[in-house]
Amino acid sequence: MNMSPTDPTPRAREDELTARIAALEAKLVAFEEVQAGPSRDWATILERGGLVIAWGLLILILGAFRPEQMFAWNSYATMLGSNAMIVVLTLALMIPLVAGDFDLSVAAIMGLSSMLIAVLNVKAGIEIGPAVLIAVAAGGAVGAVNAFFTLYFGIHSLIVTLGSGYFVAGLILWVSGANTIAGISMDLVNAVILTRFLGVPLAFYYAAALTAVTWYVFQYTSLGRRLLFVGLGREVAKLSGVNVVTLRAGAFVASGVVAAIAGVLYTGMRGASDPSSALAFLLPAFAAAFLGSTTIYPGRFNAPGAFIAVFFLSTGIMGLNFLGVDSFVQNLFYGGGLILAVSVSQLIRGRQPMD
Amino acid sequence: MEGVGPALEAENLTKRFGAATALDAVSLRVARGEVHGLLGSNGSGKSTLIKILAGFHTPEPGGSLRLYGRPMPLPMSGAEAKAAGLAFVHQNLGLIPELSVAENLFMHDLTTGHDWRLDWRGMHARARSIFAEFDLTIDPAAPVANLSAVERALLAIVRAYRELMEAAEDHASRPGVLILDEPTPFLPRSEVEHLFRLIRACTATGASVLFVSHDIDEVRAITDRATILRDGKLIDTVETAATSHDGFISRIIGRNLTAYEGAAKVMRGGEPTVMVEGLAAPGLGPVDFELREGEILGLAGLIGAGAERVPGLLFGAEPGAIGVLRVAGRRFDLQNATPQAAVADRITYLPADRLGQAGVGALPVGDNVAMPVFDRLFGRFGLTSRAINDHAAQLGAAAGVKPNAPQLPLSALSGGNAQKALMAKWLQTKPRLLLLDEPTQGVDVGARQAIWDALDAAARADGTAILVASTDYDQLASLCHRVLVLSDGQIRQELSGAALNKDAIAEACFGAEKAA
Repeated sequence: MNMSPTDPTPRAREDELTARIAALEAKLVAFEEVQAGPSRDWATILERGGLVIAWGLLILILGAFRPEQMFAWNSYATMLGSNAMIVVLTLALMIPLVAGDFDLSVAAIMGLSSMLIAVLNVKAGIEIGPAVLIAVAAGGAVGAVNAFFTLYFGIHSLIVTLGSGYFVAGLILWVSGANTIAGISMDLVNAVILTRFLGVPLAFYYAAALTAVTWYVFQYTSLGRRLLFVGLGREVAKLSGVNVVTLRAGAFVASGVVAAIAGVLYTGMRGASDPSSALAFLLPAFAAAFLGSTTIYPGRFNAPGAFIAVFFLSTGIMGLNFLGVDSFVQNLFYGGGLILAVSVSQLIRGRQPMD
Repeated sequence: MEGVGPALEAENLTKRFGAATALDAVSLRVARGEVHGLLGSNGSGKSTLIKILAGFHTPEPGGSLRLYGRPMPLPMSGAEAKAAGLAFVHQNLGLIPELSVAENLFMHDLTTGHDWRLDWRGMHARARSIFAEFDLTIDPAAPVANLSAVERALLAIVRAYRELMEAAEDHASRPGVLILDEPTPFLPRSEVEHLFRLIRACTATGASVLFVSHDIDEVRAITDRATILRDGKLIDTVETAATSHDGFISRIIGRNLTAYEGAAKVMRGGEPTVMVEGLAAPGLGPVDFELREGEILGLAGLIGAGAERVPGLLFGAEPGAIGVLRVAGRRFDLQNATPQAAVADRITYLPADRLGQAGVGALPVGDNVAMPVFDRLFGRFGLTSRAINDHAAQLGAAAGVKPNAPQLPLSALSGGNAQKALMAKWLQTKPRLLLLDEPTQGVDVGARQAIWDALDAAARADGTAILVASTDYDQLASLCHRVLVLSDGQIRQELSGAALNKDAIAEACFGAEKAA
């Protein structure tokens, strides 16, 4: 090695120091290996599976009061089917969240998709297949608009999507004439809710499949892993040659498309579309996305976690309904759930302030 | 005026960080009404001394500090210091650019005052009269963001001086000591005179100024006396008028200006593969230079000289560059340079900000290391964490990352080990050109050597051309084949072969100022 000339005494001392540091490091590594024994694995399993365990406990506790309803498969079959579109909406919200952006317009996009299907199918007489495709494309278009304003003008996504969500809510009222539209093709209703497999409506399996796809993309493709870098370290991603703008734009468009799919399921579940009820699902989706980020892959927004979180929350609401609690419990449960979930994920992150 | 003792008297200040002594029994005396320079190169203990005076570090027992004869506790709080007549203007100035000049000037009153209603008109009038006292014309209503660099510096100094006058209990007997910590590196040379005029106006009232700088010409122009530190030790306190430029250099560097034996690596005769033509950005250039295949080229310079900006500009990490970069025959127009295009052509950049720009602390070491080669690790079931971690463990073992546990978050590693991992992240891509900014900042001795070895190996085995910007002269001398010394955004000197060693770089950095 070429070192600048120094007299031998400090060199010898430096070597001696280096040797002592190496010895200490070896001890430290050995100590860490002892520490990382089975006890830590237990903690990890408990942390990752925490929500699943809590879900089980919740069922047992509620079941203690209403065993005939809480321990009946039929209750769950209905609950799994009717909450499927919340799962899909949560996935829509989660995609930009992973990339570090908020999308407050997802619920409005879901409503827009639902209303477009109704108007096109019932009023304009377009076949249900094309109507669904147009609705999904419209969702992607709203996502593209969100991406444009967020990325081209450099506005915080929270502001852009707050505005676009409200704007889209206005569009829904306009195209529907503020009326509920019923009589949507039974083909859609059949495909979503009436056809059952193992007693559970097909809607649930669509949601599960979409969850699996999202999970695979985030966990097992370079695209998903890069998106994590974009979300957690935008500057790092940029300086590592990642096209941050394209990825963020893609996340917004994907979010719009998936939110529109949630709208398809919502329409199919009811065979009708109303101009305002979809907007109420924004908070449940947020609660589930954040609660899901405390489990399976703690500290990250993740699809299986979000999936479990949706059904954890809806099990709680179903149980409280069985107990005869009023419908305000939904608000208490989702609102409280969101704050609790964020608090827990802050603990996991070591209480660094969120931006 | 009563009292003729010194304004500030620091005796026997020592500070150790672990086994390293950053400051070794240093004493400093600043007389009343004097401008006193504090000089030293990187690692001289200059900033440690300032941080002790500012109450940021606690010195080892045995040291003492007196202000106008009154013993002060160490560490002392900002309020105590101000009341006893000591105020600071740090390099970042502490101004809020979105607020107006008057709001910044009276920030202390505004944030601690109890007035319910604010009299803006009166405040602006007061600001105007304060500026008039110092013969300055700054609009009190203008946002600080609209001021020029020198106006901002002047505002910060006026504010510190005014707060001193208001806080001191007995102003006549203790007119105050202002510590200006490197106020000039980002100022245009022609405007430094404004700053000097303000400093003279302050000392004319009996106040003293401690002027911390690495710029010998400025110290010679403004100070009455100067204290020089080197390797944490007090070297000398000199009368400025009686000390030549070379006299300062020899004290800062620690030897006389004679020939020395060189220790640089000898470059094999590789072909020039990287050419930089007309690189320019605000305050920098235009500069031209080239690197051969397998060459490690250093960029040195004092703060503000521009050396540290070159790697980022070539990579397209910050906008505003013009010029052309040619790498292995490919031409990059720097105006349109993007990191993405650079990486695609195997030009990579490791910024100095380790957990802000180089790696994500919250993500596992494995993801951080494997990120550039995710596509290569794609297996039958896709990109699995196992594949990522196995790959990272392999690289980590070769790079000596301890503990070599890719599942840990990057933030769990020490600075040296995180840097080894991040270096491995880029070296695995066998870049044609590797751009580095302070590659071993805050890194322990062992890791430093390991990183140098890794860079050496990459240059030798893969023919990677490596550009290193650093203010660590020892590192540049040990690592580089050749070093370019910049000042005022221009290349002033090239050192290689026998002429390249730590002292020569230091001398060129300080001496280059003279040539400017």
